[in-house]
Amino acid sequence: MNLRGVGVSPGIGHGPAYVLTASVPEPPEGATYTGEAEQEKERVMVALTQVAGELEARGNRAGGEAEEILKAQALMAEDPGLVVKVRTLIDRGLAAPRAVFEAFTKYRNVLAGSGGYLGERAADLDDIRDRVIALLYGRAMQGLPISPAEPYVLVARDLAPADTALLSKRDVAAFVTEEGGPTSHTAIIARAMGVPAVVACSGATAIRPGVRVMADGTSGVVRVEPAESDVAEAVGADTARQAAFAAAKGPGRTADGHRVPLLANIGKPADLDDALEAGAEGIGLYRTEFLFLDRTEPPSSEEQRCAYRAALEAFPEGKVVVRTLDGGADKPLAFLPAPAEPNPALGERGLRRFRRFPDVMEAQLGALAAVASPGLRVMAPMVATAEEAGWFGQECRARGLSDVGVMIEIPSAALRAREVLARVDFVSIGTNDLAQYAFAADRQVGAVSALHDPWAPALLDLVAMAASAATRVRKPCGVCGESAADPALACVLVGLGASTLSMGAAALPAVRAVLAEHTLDQCRRAAEAARAQPTASYARAAARAHLPGLDRLGL
Amino acid sequence: MGERKVTVAAEVGLHARPAATFVQRAKKAPMDITVTRSYGGEKVNGKSILAIMALDVRQGETVVISAEGEGSEEILDELAEIAGTP
Repeated sequence: MNLRGVGVSPGIGHGPAYVLTASVPEPPEGATYTGEAEQEKERVMVALTQVAGELEARGNRAGGEAEEILKAQALMAEDPGLVVKVRTLIDRGLAAPRAVFEAFTKYRNVLAGSGGYLGERAADLDDIRDRVIALLYGRAMQGLPISPAEPYVLVARDLAPADTALLSKRDVAAFVTEEGGPTSHTAIIARAMGVPAVVACSGATAIRPGVRVMADGTSGVVRVEPAESDVAEAVGADTARQAAFAAAKGPGRTADGHRVPLLANIGKPADLDDALEAGAEGIGLYRTEFLFLDRTEPPSSEEQRCAYRAALEAFPEGKVVVRTLDGGADKPLAFLPAPAEPNPALGERGLRRFRRFPDVMEAQLGALAAVASPGLRVMAPMVATAEEAGWFGQECRARGLSDVGVMIEIPSAALRAREVLARVDFVSIGTNDLAQYAFAADRQVGAVSALHDPWAPALLDLVAMAASAATRVRKPCGVCGESAADPALACVLVGLGASTLSMGAAALPAVRAVLAEHTLDQCRRAAEAARAQPTASYARAAARAHLPGLDRLGL
Repeated sequence: MGERKVTVAAEVGLHARPAATFVQRAKKAPMDITVTRSYGGEKVNGKSILAIMALDVRQGETVVISAEGEGSEEILDELAEIAGTP
């Protein structure tokens, strides 16, 4: 049996399943108590204090990230708002366990309704609630085995930090949960522990306790009772892969020494650490709109200077490509309001929107000019014509910014890359939007997502057109987009003439390793073979035939 | 009534560690502490981590912290520093 979830902490983990099914029953609705209200309240206060104390103590023992999470949970257990609510419910006649249940439910629903980070904190409250209710019923929570004979695969609906904080790699081979996302505690703690984890894996708690399970924290595949040979193969392949990724250090280059700087895509200053750790040589795409998505007022120049300076300081030797605000379509910015449009992806977005708000543009370009260092490059999104590229170039140069480029993500710009390049210093191909516009398939519409295959030969043709135009005039042409993160496609892009590749930091080690396995000539032949095919899947297979290093690395 | 207007500097906003540190300090104060997102907004109890979390204050957003009574100026300074620490 195979299950599929989302891999959030890489690696292969296998072992017997330990299925956490403990759930504290909901206290019956309308349950009442006999005796005094004050005594009933006192029972709750004692239980809340005890649970808070236990959480705090576990936090102290665990240290690190788990300590912070557990101490915040301890504060929640004794939250004054919650306490008032419980006392009120007891005054109305509800028994202590039911009062606790209802008071917590009120707060957890507020958090769950917010979604995202706050929504995932609802699980923290559920865990505290269950602990308090278990205590009021005089029942112990199901504990997890510590120091087992063999590390187990911990399977649960969701995991609370209090469950996982004291575990180590010696106890747990992998985590598999039915709920949770990439920012859930399970994901955070698993990554900190270096244990593979798969979340959002539906059906996981139906796994029989004790059966052998293998979880792939990279692909998100969970195999129940895999053949021993499959386990050996997966572990072997993963070990070899990790070793090869770790061995491929240093700047990006092909086997024959052709340099291809490998850069990171970032959206906030915190991403810089991941980029540095993964060995990025610079930033290929700083998505500045992500700094300000929740804002109602435009960000100040000072605030922007801080964010850009941090990136330049992190990469004193490398390039930092900052993209100006790309508001509109799927990334609405409240301070760049848009008229109602029937089709926002084809509307006033990116540079088009930026142009209409000169104050916002002034603040951003001014902030960039103020922190400019030799590594800084500035580029505009959503450029359709050479005139637009020329206008943006002038605006930047007028403020003293010297290394100016534009994104190639609209087919017209790829088709006329020569004229675009005559007006700017570099271009960077955004393959995701380029696919959206080339195939007239909205990225927001799931029904047309099959058209977004990054291997589509038509898309490769557009990339080739832009890259060869840049090669002819000896100007850089980078690729930033999902395409660059696929190690095989990364080789094809280099073969098409891409001079740099930029991707999410997590993809860098694999791309670096695969590139180092192949010569520039192999990359070129793979690119030619791919472009000669009629469909995306044929293109993928044809390129692979020229890239033997993929098999060697188990990719 | 003393007030401090402060821009939240931590990357996680007024959540996680900054929120916990803030509430731990506020709980030690003898008087009521309130927090609002901006002047005129809903005032919430600064000693309640759930209320602070539900305010959902992000990095770069401004909150107003208020307190009244003896020693409140000193406490407000400390709370403003916690909220303004990156």
